[in-house]
Amino acid sequence: MRLVQVSHLVKHFARGRGLLRAGTVAKAVDDVSFDIDEGETFGLVGESGSGKTTTGRCLLRLIEPTSGDVRFRGENVLAFSRARMREARRDMQIVFQDPYSSLNPRMRAQQIVEEPLVIHGLGARPARRERVEELFALVGLDPAHLGRYPHQFSGGQRQRIGLARALALNPSFVILDEPVSALDVSVQAQVVNLLMDLQQRLKLTYLFIAHDLRLVEHICSRVAVMYLGKIVEMGPTGALFAAPQHPYTRALLSAIPVPDPDAPRRRVVLDPAEVNPQAGLREVAAGHWAAV
Amino acid sequence: MNALLAVDRLSTVFDLPSGAVPAVDDVTFEIRPGETLGLVGESGSGKSVTALSIMRLVQPPGRIAGGRLTFKGRNLLDLPEAEMQAVRGAEISLIFQEPMTALNPVFTVGDQIAETLVVHGRETKKGAKARAVELLASVHIPDAASRVHDYPHQLSGGMRQRVLIAMALACRPSLVIADEPTTALDVTIQAQVLDLLREMKAAFNLSVLLITHDLGVIAETADRVAVMYAGRIVEEGPVRDIFRRPLHPYTRGLLASMPGGTPGQRLRAIEGSVPMLGQLPPGCAFGPRCPDRFDRCASSPPPEYMLGVDRGARCYLHDKGGA
Repeated sequence: MRLVQVSHLVKHFARGRGLLRAGTVAKAVDDVSFDIDEGETFGLVGESGSGKTTTGRCLLRLIEPTSGDVRFRGENVLAFSRARMREARRDMQIVFQDPYSSLNPRMRAQQIVEEPLVIHGLGARPARRERVEELFALVGLDPAHLGRYPHQFSGGQRQRIGLARALALNPSFVILDEPVSALDVSVQAQVVNLLMDLQQRLKLTYLFIAHDLRLVEHICSRVAVMYLGKIVEMGPTGALFAAPQHPYTRALLSAIPVPDPDAPRRRVVLDPAEVNPQAGLREVAAGHWAAV
Repeated sequence: MNALLAVDRLSTVFDLPSGAVPAVDDVTFEIRPGETLGLVGESGSGKSVTALSIMRLVQPPGRIAGGRLTFKGRNLLDLPEAEMQAVRGAEISLIFQEPMTALNPVFTVGDQIAETLVVHGRETKKGAKARAVELLASVHIPDAASRVHDYPHQLSGGMRQRVLIAMALACRPSLVIADEPTTALDVTIQAQVLDLLREMKAAFNLSVLLITHDLGVIAETADRVAVMYAGRIVEEGPVRDIFRRPLHPYTRGLLASMPGGTPGQRLRAIEGSVPMLGQLPPGCAFGPRCPDRFDRCASSPPPEYMLGVDRGARCYLHDKGGA
């Protein structure tokens, strides 16, 4: 079943506009469409400036899209009133990249995880406390540390706190925006395992935004590749990695450093002339689309 | 062994109110002419402080507490500051991670390259300008003759990193230290910069100390590898041995935890988190996270056990002589 349906999403940012200057328009997200099935992990990859983070934020209306359609369980999220949107956000959450800046340093872990419950007026204080302890255990933190401040936790533990907070309202859809890239290499795998465990236990659907293609290959069922604000290729992860069709995808995949000194290296350099900006997505194999 | 640079028992400490914290602890390695040594470690492992120590650029409260840095037969730690300045940038140069902060925003890139040449007495002001254009062209910056007049903000991140490489190579150094030179870059740009570094190394017979946390970058670029953890080198060896036959449980854990294998499978994560310097356990710093630890690991930090040519590990598992 389709949980999220995005069609013709557009976000333009005005650039250099002044009192007397018209300025130009940056097409951060330029006519992007994709669906996410219930229970899957959908990967969105691309380089900085490709529009992947803006796309994620538009889905939750943390950034208002310029136009397009975002449906969640069939309902048009962009038409929601402020109150209805707040209600909807209980079911749609986001975990940010940097656990150092995304947690309020003046709040204790307990308060950080409890805050969504307070904002949504859920439960009396004792019930909320119980829920916070439950969430702490769920993400593998010691409930004895609930009274600590963010700086008293390691990076990996901080990302667990961010996750506990995102899960407080029992969402079904979670956007993970580069959730492990700010973490030490030796703790990334722990958090990745936790994300996979939680998905199974809680039947979560993920939109996984990342630039680490090895990780995307490992955990995503389907993946979309963004380039200059557009999706240029999309399909089942295995098929797309095995037979990339778009010149940009080929260049991107060939650039991943392989942790094996004997791996064959065939670097494909992107020739911008090979990219046809007018090309629309067409189905090249079952469920595998490319703008070629 | 004809090392270009021999780092011998280097220790760099930070004098904090709580006491002296060792950021680099008894570190020994060498770099030979024409080779790339990869120094791998996570944040806080001491790899960047090692680089700054070699350049004698450690700022207070940090200080070099001991050791020798033998470069072309001279101990850098004995040189007067004026002589060290002649070494810095001319014989050993440093490429930083963030090209935007490493360049001065108010001077053109050409002026900045020319300055290096003039300061080290390699060129006159006039000659330096022409040489700057040549250097930019050599790092494949298109239209170098006009780009030389650009300010750093007019260039993309990849182009800025190329300018830094051109600047680092301006005085024909014999050793380049590259500290996470591609971490701030996108993967396709990273690939181009790594290719460029390799090309420059061959063209100028450079030695490179490449510092990174990315094992993929190491596999593609390094000839030999030293793995750092909590201020100490825990394993070293030729790049193939490190990846094929890792000897230290930390190296093994890092390699095993990387995504790969069957999609969707749980990754083989290393438990726990990186210890804070200053709160290290009395024994092996990796001990508390180590799947292979035994009683002895908590006693004192293991010495380096040599296991063949250029091959060593600081781990009691390799003490064949018995305790």
